[in-house]
Amino acid sequence: MNTLTSGTMPMSSSTDASPGIGAFVPVDVSAARHRTSPLRWGLTLLLTVAALQIVYFLFTNPRFEWNVVGKYLFSANILTGLGVTLMLTVVAMVIGIVIGTIVAVALLSDFGPGRWAAQTYLWAFRGTPLLIQLIFWYNLAYLIPDISVGLPFLPPLAQWPTNAVITPFLAALLGLGLAEGAYMTEIVRAGLTSVDPRQHDAAKALGMTPTKAFFRIIFPQAMRFIIPPTGNQVIGMAKATALVSVIAMNDLLHSVQIIYNRTYEIVPLLMVAVFWYLVVITLMYGCQSRLERYYSRGHRRDATQVPLASEQV
Amino acid sequence: MDNLSTTNSPKGHVLRLHKVVKRYGSFQVLNEVSLDIDEGEVVAVIGPSGSGKSTLVRCIHQLETIEGGSIYLNGELLGYRQDGAHLRALGPRELARQRQQLGMVFQQFGLFPHMTVEENVMEGPVQVLGDSTADARTRARHLLGRVGLAEKVTAYPQMLSGGQQQRVAIARALAMRPKVMLFDEPTSALDPELVGEVLSVVSDLAKAGKTMVIVTHEIAFAREVATRVVFMEGGRILEQGDARETLSNPRTDRLRSFLSRVM
Repeated sequence: MNTLTSGTMPMSSSTDASPGIGAFVPVDVSAARHRTSPLRWGLTLLLTVAALQIVYFLFTNPRFEWNVVGKYLFSANILTGLGVTLMLTVVAMVIGIVIGTIVAVALLSDFGPGRWAAQTYLWAFRGTPLLIQLIFWYNLAYLIPDISVGLPFLPPLAQWPTNAVITPFLAALLGLGLAEGAYMTEIVRAGLTSVDPRQHDAAKALGMTPTKAFFRIIFPQAMRFIIPPTGNQVIGMAKATALVSVIAMNDLLHSVQIIYNRTYEIVPLLMVAVFWYLVVITLMYGCQSRLERYYSRGHRRDATQVPLASEQV
Repeated sequence: MDNLSTTNSPKGHVLRLHKVVKRYGSFQVLNEVSLDIDEGEVVAVIGPSGSGKSTLVRCIHQLETIEGGSIYLNGELLGYRQDGAHLRALGPRELARQRQQLGMVFQQFGLFPHMTVEENVMEGPVQVLGDSTADARTRARHLLGRVGLAEKVTAYPQMLSGGQQQRVAIARALAMRPKVMLFDEPTSALDPELVGEVLSVVSDLAKAGKTMVIVTHEIAFAREVATRVVFMEGGRILEQGDARETLSNPRTDRLRSFLSRVM
């Protein structure tokens, strides 16, 4: 307001803006009120009521038996199960990511036999239910009673009974990891093809070998596209590990089942499992957003880092 | 640098192209192109689009394989090895080693977006030449100062203008201490007001005696900076010679009509 020091016309209320000569006073929209639609008010009310009802249901329904939940929440068996679930999730994901990256590179290569092998792998492991794959690995000893090391078609150099090698834990890892590898292949492939193809030329022009160009230039840029769907996969995996309870792996769900088969406190013990799954997944969300921020460095979204960068000069 | 403007320098040819042939399918992009370049020469390659001039520098840099002829850098055959009576294509490792001797600047800059300006310039020396990080950083800062970007070392490429990005790309190529610098239309992707800053960096390099092959549409720049102009059309070199002389008094009708269209 104080910038309008025209002098001749005194600034006053809007009633002065009569249609006379030079009486036009432009408004300043920065003083305008924000508009909130009535629909949003209604929806806010509706959602609040729904939330209150859910909380009320959780706390007042005696059949949740929250005291039982509390009793088992930190019991040793449950925590061991949680440990197995976490371990399986992490190791199976690492196996899946490594396999996925190798198979994606094979798929994108100009080496025919490598491409065909990769396609066959994808076809078999994405095309069959995970549950069947798990049971298959668990029962591998039926097909191959002994596992041996040696050259093809010659007497083996060393030999072990399959049942001693393929423990339920290894069967679970094989099943989860190999199936995950097939899904990760598609994710890594999409990530790799999203990188500007001219980056390959730029890396070559610096005298980089293809391997170095892949690990220094192409893959770090692909990570920006790979991380968000991989986050989904990790969460899916944390929950898919529940399937291994069918092959007698003592994971979170299995340890819960053992207890409620004895005590019949099914709902409270399922709530214990739900609680821990949600804790794990919440932590994973945190890791994912950190990783996303790291790999999107240099892209427009982190423009907030500009002052930080110039400060360092 | 002493006067190296003549085409028969006693130092011999840095780069020799002998009857180079390049095809895309049945389309012949380069048709037996021969060209000798001496140390300190600045060769501007001009010609209409589709004349094969970009392909020429991409072939020199081994980013494209050639179907015939040969290219030598300081007497070393590029891309192949004489193995007794046979010629064998080089593996990726040996190709990479040969490429280290050639600097390349692309039309679209090709900076690594996930690295800061300084990291972009340090990447080659550290990862390829095996320089220490400290040495590479000192050199990167020196080079970035030379192209006028000393205050941008920690910025990411996307925060820079096109002209600034291209100057980083030049510094990145120089950091590899290349014997020859190749430019593939370095100003074609730039807004007109940003062309000057890039060309002035290139002309500084020319004054410092750097051997360069520059594919360009900037005829005035070619006249100012180049020691030699090569005019290409239809995958052939139609005319070449001293930059000022050739551009002022073209001998062929083709070059004359090309110049009248672009000037």
